[in-house]
Amino acid sequence: MAADAAIETSGLRKAYGEVQALDGVDLTAPAGTVLALLGPNGAGKTTAVRILTTLLRPDSGSARVAGLDVVRDAAALRSQIGLAGQYAAVDENLTGAENLEMVGSLYHLPTGKPRRRAAELLEHFDLKEAADRLVRTYSGGMRRLLDLAAALVARPPVLFLDEPTTGLDPRSRLALWTTIEDRVAAGTTVLLTTQYLDEADRLADRISVIDRGQVIAEGTSDELKDQVGGERLEVTLEDGDQSQAAIAALEPLAAESPVLVNGAVRVQLRRRQGAIAEAVRLLDGAGVGIDDVAIHRPTLDDVFLILTGHSAEERAEEETVAAEA
Amino acid sequence: MSSLRNSISDTLVLARRSLLRIPRAPDLLLSFTVQPIMFVLLFVYVFGGAISTPGFEYVDFLIPGIIIQTMSFGGFVTALGLSEDLKKGLVDRFRSLPMSRAAVLAGRTLADIATNAISLAVMIAVGFIAGFSFDAPFAHVIAGLGLALLFGYAFSWVFAFVGLSSSSPEASQSFGFILIFPLTFMSSAFVPVDSMPGVLEAFAEINPFTTTVDAMRALFLGTPAGNDIWGAVAWSVGIAAVFASLSVARYKRAISR
Repeated sequence: MAADAAIETSGLRKAYGEVQALDGVDLTAPAGTVLALLGPNGAGKTTAVRILTTLLRPDSGSARVAGLDVVRDAAALRSQIGLAGQYAAVDENLTGAENLEMVGSLYHLPTGKPRRRAAELLEHFDLKEAADRLVRTYSGGMRRLLDLAAALVARPPVLFLDEPTTGLDPRSRLALWTTIEDRVAAGTTVLLTTQYLDEADRLADRISVIDRGQVIAEGTSDELKDQVGGERLEVTLEDGDQSQAAIAALEPLAAESPVLVNGAVRVQLRRRQGAIAEAVRLLDGAGVGIDDVAIHRPTLDDVFLILTGHSAEERAEEETVAAEA
Repeated sequence: MSSLRNSISDTLVLARRSLLRIPRAPDLLLSFTVQPIMFVLLFVYVFGGAISTPGFEYVDFLIPGIIIQTMSFGGFVTALGLSEDLKKGLVDRFRSLPMSRAAVLAGRTLADIATNAISLAVMIAVGFIAGFSFDAPFAHVIAGLGLALLFGYAFSWVFAFVGLSSSSPEASQSFGFILIFPLTFMSSAFVPVDSMPGVLEAFAEINPFTTTVDAMRALFLGTPAGNDIWGAVAWSVGIAAVFASLSVARYKRAISR
């Protein structure tokens, strides 16, 4: 195990009855970096977070956080971590300030410190006005911010955020992202789970794509996109009937045969330079009319689709339907 | 010894949290005030005339019994609160903090003593209005009040276990009632046990509610105590010890739903 890894797991397995929630998961996050666990609902992200925050024992495999074993050193580890779970885990019948002071006291901060720290955090999260209001009057976004603030009370060196922005409005989401970036700049290590590809793209130094309890790809955002292939050209035609002619005409630009996706011709480019001009010239020569032409870098959604055969959202919907059925 | 100091401080922090809830969500207060008043009045004036309690005015017979029944249910706040903490993810937060593993439960059960004391005061006041009077030395009366709170505390741990074991706050409440309600009625709380059919009487004789209610009558009314007082203390301590260890063990593995 690398000495400087703040989070390191090897072969983590956990089953709930018949369901293998984690099936041999290896993760690494060097100190001061953000690792994103990206995957649909039910992929095993929350189980991983629960094991790393000492809430669950793994069936097998090992995990160290901040140099401490999550099972043997669980008691010592708890003072080194902060957790913001999927729920806003705050007490509705306390005020915002009382919630944070309670958490500060339970981290055993020195006398007087919980109160000062609570005031600081409420100010930082723009909750100062609401500090003395009962949390049951807070909006969903305010509760999530308070929950994140609670995770930061003791300035833990390792932070676990389980889908921190699910259900947040864009403004709260941005505030939360900025805070996470500030904490990382100050040296905190963050493990973040998310279903949102843009969130992983923006925050994470490295991403582990997780599906059905296994890490199916790992790397930086760029590395993952490269695995899927480079840039692609998408041409929307004036007349859909000409798609075969367009596919034939664009063949010389393509790394593999162009395909028709949602009525547009998609070409994996051999090289980007001059591609648009060349495509226009080729299509013009073949007498094909163009409505729109654009170059796309692959998104993490493409990564997910190609690695798992289903898109992140699609799988999430399946899960919802299954849960309701 | 800093770990003991931390455990005590964690417990007090969480007890305070539970108590702050009472004025802020006053609906719960009804259970501690209106409900005991209602029970005392219903039993004294509705059933009282039909139940024969040789040697006692019914209200004198009833008050120790109804106090013990009410104390045993006071812990439902613990079940409700723990069940809500599980549902809202607070248990996950607490379990990820470097705090005592027992504090969440100990804090809640401790807070129940305060709310039970409110019920106790209300019931005795209503009892006085309905004609109840103590017939024992002051020290015995105080000991009786202490025993009632101790018995309530023991049942708070039963409710802690129920709260951690049930799937929702609603389920925890009805589960608790189904468990405890029959026990209170198959005891000497409301009727003399010798008025019951044989099998039921045999059960009532060994029921901890009977032992504790009889001990209360000894302390409040000066009836012969026999071994009831020490028996009642032993039951309370035993129930608290067993359910505290069961509950802490369950809490250590509890995961929010």
